[in-house]
Amino acid sequence: MTRLNKWLRDFSLPGSEKLRKIDKAQLIRYAMLVLAAGVVLFPIFIMITTSFKTRTQTFSMPPVWIFKPTLKHYQEVLFSGNFLKYLVNSLVVATSTAFFSILIGAFAAYALVRFKFLGKRAVSTVTLLLRMIPPAVLIVPLFVLWLNIGISGSRAGLIFAYIALNLSFTIWILRSFMNEIPVEIEESAVIDGCSELGILFRIVLPLIKPGLAVASIFVFRISWNEFILALVLTNRTTRTLPVAISLRITQVGVHWGEITAMATIVALPAFVFTFLSARSIIRGLTAGAVKG
Amino acid sequence: MKAKKILQKLTPYGFLAPAVLIFALALFYPVFYSIRLSFFNWRLVEVYRKAPEFVGIQNYIKIIQSPAFQTSLKVTAIFITITLATELIVGLGLALLAERKIKGLHLFRTIFLLPIMVAPVVVGVLWRFMFNPNYGLVNYFLGLLGFENVLWLSKPFPALTAVILTDIWQWTPFVFLMLLAGLQNVPEDVLEASIVDGASYVQRLRHVKLPMIKSIIGLTIVLRLIDGLRALVVMYVMTNGGPGRATEVLSLHIYKKAFVSRRLGEASTLAVFLIIILLIVSTLLFQFFNTERRTSA
Repeated sequence: MTRLNKWLRDFSLPGSEKLRKIDKAQLIRYAMLVLAAGVVLFPIFIMITTSFKTRTQTFSMPPVWIFKPTLKHYQEVLFSGNFLKYLVNSLVVATSTAFFSILIGAFAAYALVRFKFLGKRAVSTVTLLLRMIPPAVLIVPLFVLWLNIGISGSRAGLIFAYIALNLSFTIWILRSFMNEIPVEIEESAVIDGCSELGILFRIVLPLIKPGLAVASIFVFRISWNEFILALVLTNRTTRTLPVAISLRITQVGVHWGEITAMATIVALPAFVFTFLSARSIIRGLTAGAVKG
Repeated sequence: MKAKKILQKLTPYGFLAPAVLIFALALFYPVFYSIRLSFFNWRLVEVYRKAPEFVGIQNYIKIIQSPAFQTSLKVTAIFITITLATELIVGLGLALLAERKIKGLHLFRTIFLLPIMVAPVVVGVLWRFMFNPNYGLVNYFLGLLGFENVLWLSKPFPALTAVILTDIWQWTPFVFLMLLAGLQNVPEDVLEASIVDGASYVQRLRHVKLPMIKSIIGLTIVLRLIDGLRALVVMYVMTNGGPGRATEVLSLHIYKKAFVSRRLGEASTLAVFLIIILLIVSTLLFQFFNTERRTSA
């Protein structure tokens, strides 16, 4: 502490005691936040570097911090086995879920925002309640049900389940964006003879593009990351990446190079989304906090 | 004219129809089906061959008496209590640090978003690696500090600790972001007024800031609790519920009952218990925070 004081005395601007005090508080605050950020980033950093290490480098103690990266594991993962197939499954499932959730969610949100009708309150309450259902409750009934209607083990079955899981969130977030559109805009469209569908597609949806972006990122992320339903509802050809990773890890003798390479690839969209649109993601995440 | 009016009345239901249909088929019916199946005996291998056999409340008696269920309740309670308390304290602390205008705040927020965005499976993989007893980084750093190697994932208490620490790593950032958003929404003039009145930092925190973000803290607790009851992926990947059942939370217990022990009926009974717990917990919390809000308003 004394050293810190000395440092501050030497380097802070000549002047009031007060300024120095503020600087010190600021510095401590920064130090704590940097420490926290370090704790968050470190395991991710280790995962990524491990995916570029050889087997001996991975197992060496003390850890090797500087090394020549190898792409061996990525080659292994990408070009042998079924990884590419599972990657395509994940992409198809996540994008279709996002598309249909938003389409169906936009219809429902529009009804809730624009119309007064019997049972409106009930619909909103139930929508919120549905968000609470834990996936563990759904695995048995959906497994049996999908088996009975013949979509078990298919990507369509998984997509259908995911739409249901994501729909209430989508409705909720799109609704909060639609609420901000002034009614006058829609009213003028009615006068111009626009149909309800026309208003939704040509006026409302273009106006809430940021909301559509937030909703697609969230739904894509949840479906891309989801594990337990995918484990139960898919088979060897339709499984998604999280399931593929988990099946690798439970085998005897974990191959850390390949596992971390797979995990890094699975985490890639999350990194990209985060750095591209942190602001709107945080808005979506905390929407209830700021408006509730 | 009359036909047109009826059509207008029906329009909102038309817009809602697809959503309602999906909810009905993929959420309502399954929950209903679970409740029904909880009174039946049905094994996974019999799914194609045999109809479920009605056994009344036998599953319930069996489950309530089963040590595995009791353990999973205990593990779930410990897991949720410790993670929630730690995440709230650390998250609030960090939010208070970052709340004042700070350069580079956006970068910090972006970094804190990462654990939330990454797949739970990935989180499980990376912490399973970190906690490896021989070449994991956790033991390496403990070794530098002079501690002995800990067999993290193969002993009951360390395994639960590891799973809890992983959850704290993943979800403290969420609490941080929620509370930060709340704190930034506290009106400037209220804070200034309290400063003019000579309130110290602690007084302002206790009497101005915390009361003003009380409902957000409540919402955060509810969301974290619901998530806590869902959590199973990280345990599945890191320990598969083991060693023994040391990290087998209720959600994971349901999965294992259905697809490892292959008893669909009993798994449904467990699911009913999970639903009941969820309903009780969330009703209590909502009531608590609603009355709080009403009395403070």
